[in-house]
Amino acid sequence: MDIKQFIQRDESCWEIPAKGAMRVPAIIYADPGLLEAMDQKVYEQITNVATLPGIVEAAYAMPDAHWGYGFPIGGVAAFDADEGGVISAGGVGFDISCGVRTLHTGLTVNDLQNVNKELADELYRSVPAGVGSRGRIHLNHDEMRAMLTGGAQWAVDQGFGEARDLEFTEEHGRVDAAEPSDVSPRARERQKGEMGTLGSGNHYLEVQRVVEIFDQEVAEAYRLKIDAIVISIHCGSRGLGHQIGTEFLKDMALAASQYHITLPDRELACAPLNSPLGKRYLGAMRAGINCALANRQIITHLTRQAMNKIFPGISINLLYDVSHNTCKQERHIVAGSARTVFVHRKGATRAFGPGHADLPTEYQTVGQPVLIGGSMGTSSYILCGTKQAEQRSFSSACHGAGRAMSRRQATKQWQGRTLVDQLAEQGIIIRSPSLRGVAEEAPAAYKDVSAVVDAADKAGLANKVARLEPVICIKG
Amino acid sequence: MTDNAQIPHWEHFEHKADIGIRGIAPTLAEAFEQAALAMTSVICDPDLILEHQSVEVSCQADDIEFLFLDWINELIYLMAVKRLLFKRFQVVINGKTLIATASGEPTDPAKHQPAVEIKGATLTELAVRQTEDGLWLAQCVVDV
Repeated sequence: MDIKQFIQRDESCWEIPAKGAMRVPAIIYADPGLLEAMDQKVYEQITNVATLPGIVEAAYAMPDAHWGYGFPIGGVAAFDADEGGVISAGGVGFDISCGVRTLHTGLTVNDLQNVNKELADELYRSVPAGVGSRGRIHLNHDEMRAMLTGGAQWAVDQGFGEARDLEFTEEHGRVDAAEPSDVSPRARERQKGEMGTLGSGNHYLEVQRVVEIFDQEVAEAYRLKIDAIVISIHCGSRGLGHQIGTEFLKDMALAASQYHITLPDRELACAPLNSPLGKRYLGAMRAGINCALANRQIITHLTRQAMNKIFPGISINLLYDVSHNTCKQERHIVAGSARTVFVHRKGATRAFGPGHADLPTEYQTVGQPVLIGGSMGTSSYILCGTKQAEQRSFSSACHGAGRAMSRRQATKQWQGRTLVDQLAEQGIIIRSPSLRGVAEEAPAAYKDVSAVVDAADKAGLANKVARLEPVICIKG
Repeated sequence: MTDNAQIPHWEHFEHKADIGIRGIAPTLAEAFEQAALAMTSVICDPDLILEHQSVEVSCQADDIEFLFLDWINELIYLMAVKRLLFKRFQVVINGKTLIATASGEPTDPAKHQPAVEIKGATLTELAVRQTEDGLWLAQCVVDV
């Protein structure tokens, strides 16, 4: 889009001052190249978000922002319930609490030599991936209720992991005030057979190698060294979250006039936080967050079992688990005073800076790990949260690369088999049930994640700590 | 207009992160059927699916666009919970009510090579309308 539409506030900060129905300004963090490459839809959507009731400070877009549903993907906005603030199903997305979890293996790249294919096969067998795959855990009504209330804590109690995992998971593995009774029978039904599954599309389990360290001090706190092997899991709340999103998007779109909300775009469907519908969504969405946390915890357990078959006695520990599709109740400084606000992060990662009370002791002095997934075959990054982001973006940063071309364009350009062979030549093993799926996720179909991460770093949203390259990718 | 354009057909349209599905046909019901086939094609080649099983679908909505949204979401739900892929649809629309049969077979990853699962139908580019040449068009973006 045309950068002349913005007032440049600093090197990375581009503002659209409040005008028309906008209640607050809209701000995009990006470098000029990324901003110019962004779809004009991001401009429309972020200025639309700025019109919503009860929004505070500004509507923000991260450097990886692209055309979403009502909210841009990469959108951040906070609302005050006491000022008529709203909650939006589109502002959270269909894949509630989709996120990334990174695990330490204690291995180095040399340990994988001669066993990498065996390990790829074992992980592929152990972690259900792709359309039509089923998990091996089936929950009855009471167990489902306990899972939706207990999240990863429930999973650990069931034997899927270890208590120390929870210290390194956002919210200690469980959000409060989830309301399983607000989750429809259909959403529960859709989750049957999906616990402990990766899903498809851009979801993956990746064995990665640390190839570059940008900040030695923080890397030490995160226990990252060159050539160390880590495992990253990218997935969300599966069918349960998708169904909650589907149902509330429609309910909110139909109820907007009842709440006297004028929507510039019906996709911005929302309801007042203090309304019955807003409260029901909040309860269901929180249950969806717990489902995602439980899901990643179960996949961690399956990963540990697979790793133990190849490396008997191996100890796998969490670096961190962070979600990028959420609405969370948080305390932030707004106009000089501390307020409780509901921060929507749609395709944006929470990025608490040093000293934040919610961080594990080990990360108190360096800030929260911000886990940025790349696309298949490309780099991923680990960043750390900053104090600066508290003022800049309600402690939020980017979440990934974003697509550069559509799935259809990708399948026209690449063959799945050829891609798998090409990546194998680069030392990257791909395991996937669908070659067409591989083609749609071709590395070059995504934007350059490095440019996005550099922009987030320059903007002070989060600072670069380490770069990872894939060794094995299990693709859904 | 050529005769071919009058034949019910489907197409995909571009959306960066996701994909648009569109059905175009002489009747509203056929446009809904074609859009459903467009959705199947997001997942896999419909020619790979056999008609071994049928399910009944019914939805009701005050607004024709929301009826379309409900139709697509109903199929997404059935595909997910019954682990089915559909290749043929027979739709009857009577005012605010849709009654349909969807036929297909259980998902077989090795045979169907399904590329991606669909999370839900969105309000993005949601439209149901008659075009200038009298054909019906039904479309939306689906989240994958």
